[in-house]
Amino acid sequence: MNDTALSIDNVDKFYGPVDYGVHAVKRLSMEVKKGEIIALLGSSGCGKTSTLRMIAGFEPVSRGTISLGSRQVQTLPPVRRNVAMAFEGYSLYPPLTVRENIGFALKASKLSQAVVDEKVASIAKLLEIEDILGRYPSSISGGQQQRASLGRALIRDAALHLLDEPMGQLEPQLRAVLRGRIKHYIKERGLTAILVTHDQTEANALADRIAVMEGGVLQQFDTPKKIKERPANLFTGTFVGEPPMNVFEASVSGSGTGIRFGLKDGVHLDYHTSDFSHPVREALLKRQKVVLGVRPYAVRRSADGVTGRVAVNQWLGDQTHIAADFAGGTMVLVEHDRTSLEIGQPIGIRLEPSSLHVFDSESGNAISHGEELA
Amino acid sequence: METMSPLERILRGIALTLVVIFFMFPIVWIFLMSFQTNETILRIPPSVIFTPTLDNYAALITGKLTTAAGTLDIAFMRNLGNSVFLSVASVALALVLGVPAAYAFARHKFRGSEDIAFTLLSFRFAPPLLVLLPLTQYFQWLGLSNTYFGLIWVYQLICLPLILWIVRGYFEDISADVEYAYRIAGHSWFSTFRKIALPLAGPGIAAAGLLAFIFAWNNFVFALVLASADKQPVTVGALAFVTASGIQYGQIAAAIVLSITPTLALALYAQRYLVEGLSLGAVKG
Repeated sequence: MNDTALSIDNVDKFYGPVDYGVHAVKRLSMEVKKGEIIALLGSSGCGKTSTLRMIAGFEPVSRGTISLGSRQVQTLPPVRRNVAMAFEGYSLYPPLTVRENIGFALKASKLSQAVVDEKVASIAKLLEIEDILGRYPSSISGGQQQRASLGRALIRDAALHLLDEPMGQLEPQLRAVLRGRIKHYIKERGLTAILVTHDQTEANALADRIAVMEGGVLQQFDTPKKIKERPANLFTGTFVGEPPMNVFEASVSGSGTGIRFGLKDGVHLDYHTSDFSHPVREALLKRQKVVLGVRPYAVRRSADGVTGRVAVNQWLGDQTHIAADFAGGTMVLVEHDRTSLEIGQPIGIRLEPSSLHVFDSESGNAISHGEELA
Repeated sequence: METMSPLERILRGIALTLVVIFFMFPIVWIFLMSFQTNETILRIPPSVIFTPTLDNYAALITGKLTTAAGTLDIAFMRNLGNSVFLSVASVALALVLGVPAAYAFARHKFRGSEDIAFTLLSFRFAPPLLVLLPLTQYFQWLGLSNTYFGLIWVYQLICLPLILWIVRGYFEDISADVEYAYRIAGHSWFSTFRKIALPLAGPGIAAAGLLAFIFAWNNFVFALVLASADKQPVTVGALAFVTASGIQYGQIAAAIVLSITPTLALALYAQRYLVEGLSLGAVKG
């Protein structure tokens, strides 16, 4: 039994002539299993929407193959691919009411009107748009249009559901509620979904796996937990996580019992050789230059740590963000209690070896995460 | 709207009145002329007081023009029929050719698409007289002189660029995603064009069609050179009133009134569509 819903194999996308135009997606390969929810996460112009449109059939594939189940679809028109899509620009049909817009997608499936009405009612309840079913798209708000558009995609029984920024226009509270409901809806029906988003909270909350893209290249494709704990490279490390990972360039030197990272301004971090496993030690000592990364949540204050000076101290209502001048850069710390630190006050900063992410300074690829090799 | 001082209001009123008089005077004057005989029209000083007569209209409709030198046959009603036929057929053909072309130009950027679209537009820049001489030659070789087919073909120079460029703008205003949403719901490219793109651009297509109709109706020089009396529209047919025994001002005026009535009626009717067409922005979400 083949449980692959979608497989993308070595796909390139050029806008303009192949090999000379804008190279929007570069040698992308990924597989999505049936029943999975995948998030394509990246900043604007990273190729995530191009990828989605190639899967849907709105953009021709320049090179490579896209298969849904066992059939190659990259040359088929959208009508023959059996995918559903929610558009970022909503794209409701202006002459139809919200109810007709949502139910419309089922017309082709030849269901009876009663069944269609029932399905529309249930999805409208899920998305909290029951009260506007009789209205026309031009008379409802952007958030309502977006939910109607989402409903139109989710109501279908397609091989693959593509959701392009499906909740960008919603208020934060509603977004949080709908995330849970939509995930439940998709899982309950065993649907397969690909979600394009630049909102990492959304990606983390909804997706089983996240594909991080940048510059048309797939950087990492893994579970949210793995992406957070074991970022494959410097880009993923700094892109995913809020506030972003602290990074510092460092030189590496080893003595008999210790490893020393030399940062700017003469700051150095000393660790005992036993803080790292043998292979990590070897990998580190092979290099002269590395990039150190540490998550703001993992930075500890300690009297015997390296001195930094508080530059910013913000209480956000549930956590404190402290930015300290440290080794010619800025170190951000997150603490859960309200801390009374004055601007300019010196603090001791301690970076536990288990919280260190080390990246190669040239390729940006991860060398180690804590004690383990990447 | 901001409030105006009384002085501004008065000045505004005067300016508006001047504009209305400037544009309406010829039409009103011709309308009055059409109910007068040549004698009352040509008396000096001119006056708006006269005994109205329907002779001019009667002469046009019966096709018998009585002048001092005798009775002349005029084909005015036939010319009017030609105008209607030529304009309607030209616009219909231009719509059939132009709307799909406009859609293609709006949705698909292919090599040279801008150049082709611009070339079509450039037909509107060139003065018709520039192409008339070679066209006359070609039409004689091809046997197209004095045929409805030939005239309708030449009228595409007027109608096609107009429809193409106006309708293209309307198609570009429709979000492509609306069509994609329809296609992904299980519909072919062609049914998307028919069921989504055409109805959404409908008001724009209607407006472009009406505008093209007015331009076609008012054309003079193509029909003058490329057709003879039995195929000519009213714009050219009106020349028949310049007779050996003088110019028949009364009949000319009546002919003008009759020939502008259809376009005027269409223009008034089209206003609705033009406004509706311009508020198409609602589609964009």
